[in-house]
Amino acid sequence: MDLVDAHSLYTVMAFVTFIGIVAWVYSGKRKAGFEEAGRLPLTEEDSPADGRQNGGD
Amino acid sequence: MQSQETYNYKVVRQFAVMTVVWGIVGMLVGVIIAAQLVWPQLNVAEWLHFGRLRPLHTNAVIFAFGGCALFATSYFSVQRTCHTRLFAPGLAAFTFWGWQLIIVLAAVSLPLGLTTGKEYAELEWPIDLLITVVWVSYAVVFFGTIAMRKVSHIYVSNWFFGGMILAIALLHLVNSAEIPVSLTKSYPVYAGVQDAMVQWWYGHNAVGFFLTAGFLGIMYYFVPKQAERPIYSYRLSVVHFWALIFTYMWAGPHHLHYTALPDWTQSIGMAFSLVLLAPSWGGMINGIMTLSGAWHKLRDDPILKFLITSLSFYGMSTFEGPMMSIKTVNSLSHYTDWTVGHVHSGALGWVAMVSIGAVYYMLPRLFGEKQMYSVRLITVHFWVATIGVVLYIAALWISGVMQGLMWRATNPDGTLTYTFVESVKASYPFWTIRLVGGLMFLGGMLIMFYNMVKTIAGKPAYDAPVVAPAAHAA
Repeated sequence: MDLVDAHSLYTVMAFVTFIGIVAWVYSGKRKAGFEEAGRLPLTEEDSPADGRQNGGD
Repeated sequence: MQSQETYNYKVVRQFAVMTVVWGIVGMLVGVIIAAQLVWPQLNVAEWLHFGRLRPLHTNAVIFAFGGCALFATSYFSVQRTCHTRLFAPGLAAFTFWGWQLIIVLAAVSLPLGLTTGKEYAELEWPIDLLITVVWVSYAVVFFGTIAMRKVSHIYVSNWFFGGMILAIALLHLVNSAEIPVSLTKSYPVYAGVQDAMVQWWYGHNAVGFFLTAGFLGIMYYFVPKQAERPIYSYRLSVVHFWALIFTYMWAGPHHLHYTALPDWTQSIGMAFSLVLLAPSWGGMINGIMTLSGAWHKLRDDPILKFLITSLSFYGMSTFEGPMMSIKTVNSLSHYTDWTVGHVHSGALGWVAMVSIGAVYYMLPRLFGEKQMYSVRLITVHFWVATIGVVLYIAALWISGVMQGLMWRATNPDGTLTYTFVESVKASYPFWTIRLVGGLMFLGGMLIMFYNMVKTIAGKPAYDAPVVAPAAHAA
């Protein structure tokens, strides 16, 4: 196997890996999990007015 | 609630404030060199000459302004999405002071004419070594924080920031491989067309990973936070990330069309640049559609205006880029103002605007305030900046196409119709409009500086308490 074959093999492997990632992401089982992950930043409030709990502002 | 443990906001505050400061400095240098094109007599001394100030401008806006924005936003969001303090606070402080030292060294060495001559990698070898140390420290702080996270999932913005950190380390180490001959001069280990290809492999991936992946990290955290809605499709964001990772590394040869680079390499660069349109637009649509069902928020929230407009410019410039990578289009556009206009559509419209939006989001929170001193001034900043960008890129589209057409025009006997200097003369009006656009964008940054000072002056620094993750997410 020469260098060109190795490069070709690498390119095909990269493409197959990417297709695998897409299939994995869009498989029905993982829909709910990814939707929950998408809400991750919204599960916490970062506004100081809420963080200090002093009331009256 | 936990004890009094707080997030490390100090380093975020430092980087956020310096983002605005270096933005003004970098854009001021840009305005100066734009004026030098209109009035060449402004090239008053060798260290203030266009040729020396231009790399200072690009380094200042990309690595000082953009770099500080990336440090600030990534340190802010990685702590909050991981529900933990920054790992190695001493090292984090070192990344701030080290990065500022690099910027100062660049601001001194480039006007002195000390340069490697490699675009966007001009800094000489001692500064390159310092960049390596600071960048590795950044990686340790960032990935260390992720390792200490209190939730199992690593949110997508952290993937983009992390990808940016790893790719920039790789690019910097490979492209800066050089042999020092003195303290201030080095030569690359590569020669000829290999040197050119390594340089543009670096150059385009600096665009792809520093100026795209990093700022997409900002987008994926700050757009949902400001819109108070989850990203339109989290699954699309995962595909967006991996598609960019697998594609960007191959696009660099489009900078070397019709050069000594082998034809097949040029064609690969063109093909992968065209493929890039798909993930780029997927990401843009993902960001903008986050507002689906809540478009009214755009009407009276100027921070959201900045963030969503930046995505529109991201979409525009990632359409324009693949188009310009087509060899026949490139034969018209290359070496003309069109390229400069394209870069600024991305740099001002996308990178700067998303950073500005994120800094406006963070600043009040870093000083215990609910919002900026003046929301109205954010709106003014938005319109001044947007009109400035449009003037800038429209002027350079016209002058770019005009230059390309003038340079290729031939008489029936095969001689050139125009001399080069005739195309320079014809460009003056557009360079003047570009200067006005640049001045407006700089003016917007000055408004931001005033708003920032009024927001934070006299206010005590505020470090938010670490929030325990929601039970089901832990």
